Amino acid sequence: MMAEVNEIAVRVHGLSKSFGSVRAVRDIDLAVAQGEIFGLVGPDGAGKTTIMRMLAAVLRPDAGEILVDGVDVVAEAERAKLHLSYMPQRFGLYEDLTIAENIFFYGALFGVPRGERIARSQELLEAAGLLPFRRRLAGQLSGGMKQKLGLICALIHTPRVLLLDEPTTGVDPVSRRDFWAILYNLREGGVTIVLSTAYMDEAERCSRLALLHGGEIRHCDTPQHLKAAMPGALLAIASAHPRDVREAVSGKPGVLGALLMGDRVHVRVDDAERRIPELRAAIADQGIADAVITPAEPGIEDVFVALLGEEKPHEP
Amino acid sequence: MSPDSPAVLAEGLTKRFASFTAVDHLDLRIEKGEVVGFIGPNGAGKSTTIRMLCGLLRPSEGRASVAGFDVGRQPEEVREHIGYMSQKFSLYGDLTVRENLRFFAGIYRVPHHDLGERMRFAISMAGLEGREDVLVRTLAGGWKQRLALGCAILHRPPILFLDEPTSGVEPEARRRFWDLIHELAAGGVAILVSTHYMEEAEYCNRIALIDGGRLVAMGTPSELRQRSLGGDLFEVDCVPLGAALKALGSAQGVVEAAIFGDKLHIVLGQGGLSAEELPRFLAEREIRVGSVRPATPSLEDVFVRLVSTTRETRAAS
Repeated sequence: MMAEVNEIAVRVHGLSKSFGSVRAVRDIDLAVAQGEIFGLVGPDGAGKTTIMRMLAAVLRPDAGEILVDGVDVVAEAERAKLHLSYMPQRFGLYEDLTIAENIFFYGALFGVPRGERIARSQELLEAAGLLPFRRRLAGQLSGGMKQKLGLICALIHTPRVLLLDEPTTGVDPVSRRDFWAILYNLREGGVTIVLSTAYMDEAERCSRLALLHGGEIRHCDTPQHLKAAMPGALLAIASAHPRDVREAVSGKPGVLGALLMGDRVHVRVDDAERRIPELRAAIADQGIADAVITPAEPGIEDVFVALLGEEKPHEP
Repeated sequence: MSPDSPAVLAEGLTKRFASFTAVDHLDLRIEKGEVVGFIGPNGAGKSTTIRMLCGLLRPSEGRASVAGFDVGRQPEEVREHIGYMSQKFSLYGDLTVRENLRFFAGIYRVPHHDLGERMRFAISMAGLEGREDVLVRTLAGGWKQRLALGCAILHRPPILFLDEPTSGVEPEARRRFWDLIHELAAGGVAILVSTHYMEEAEYCNRIALIDGGRLVAMGTPSELRQRSLGGDLFEVDCVPLGAALKALGSAQGVVEAAIFGDKLHIVLGQGGLSAEELPRFLAEREIRVGSVRPATPSLEDVFVRLVSTTRETRAAS
């Protein structure tokens, strides 16, 4: 169930950037609706950070247009910065200042009036669960708390568009979940979020995804539609002997891939109904009695592999 | 190491730093040929445990043996029998593939007459035949990672420690990497993978979950999924999500409720709201419901649930 169609918060057309002979971003088009949490997904080197930096008006594109909240980012970088906020991978927190002092500093930097700064920081600290720690030095915070503080600093001037570059790298699952709860809250308040991630499981939480590969957007859709677009069907075969199971099914007709997991094998087939009995027979032939075959829901990683395949040994 | 002794055995393993207990009476057993995931939040005690198991840090209490050697009394022997690879592969970008391998073979004191064969094995494992003289910094992430693994096993260690080995590499490369890990395990190598990324945990035969220096749970990924949630997981498609979350968070029988993408993930326990009653319950609160369907819990669901219940129990006692 999607909310009503909103206006476009981020529009990108024909965006390109090269560094020397490396074409980091190649002719990208994007349209992110207001209130979306949009994910740029891809491995290291896919172009995620370069795109983020161009959207944030800190890196000039070689070609292309970017509109954020209606403002031309390339022509009016300074004005655009009032509408957006950018949290790079390493957010510049002052380790020898307290949480409250860091927030106050960023508030001043963005020109937020003093009274508003206090009220706003109180509200953000409370939402992030950091209020009891506001006098603690930033240098003494855990990774998850630092990320939350970075987010608060990025939100102090109430931006309409929030750009987060790999915000949860190095953050454990419990803190990651807290972090996402904050993002969903922001979205309910009408903030548009564009974030990048190398983690496919995290991508599932976004409302829409762009799968990036070699500086290009190869596929762009909701997680559900991307999964539905995956060629073939995924089966999970649970067994105490997953290695033998994989041996038994590999190379059989209709088997598009067989992945050995810890206590099961994930097998992608062209046609589940037709192949399940065939695979069951092939496994039984090898004397494996405990195998249980069930349909499995593909993850974004399965989709990525099925649609994009393998990288080249050298960087292009 | 006698043929049937475990590759890693820790009993009551404890490490204190002044008044802080980083690892608290940890028991762990890893058999030969087993891939075990060591999972926990930052500061859970993962690195401290691994440093003790590598013979780099002396336990304050308890004991551990690795490859049959005591980590406290025989740290040198322990270090000769383990391989270690971290997320930041310690390869030299300005050296070629071959030069890196030769360098690590020197560090691990690989006997000269074995050198050629070991290097050929590492090169073929990494899929780098014909690229022996390429500078490592020009290689893509997945190739670098497989080369780092090749370097870590040049001395044929029976035990391998991997620290977040595949963060940031291509999904297909990650899968090839795990194939190699399982091949090594098939050859009898015991492997301990420390990570807080559930994507990596899925590849392990068993998972040890630690928090606050203590073992919280241990089992196969499926076992953990089945027994840990305290109920059944459902995916609810509804609007508006915030209001639904609030309503369900305080409802009887709802063990856990969280937003997940454009949907809600809720865990329903015994003796409260049932899945059949959900649509009406939400409709009465002016929430539009599209669908309610059972979902398979991810390891992350399991992790968050286990860590928060143990923390609550500890806080209460």
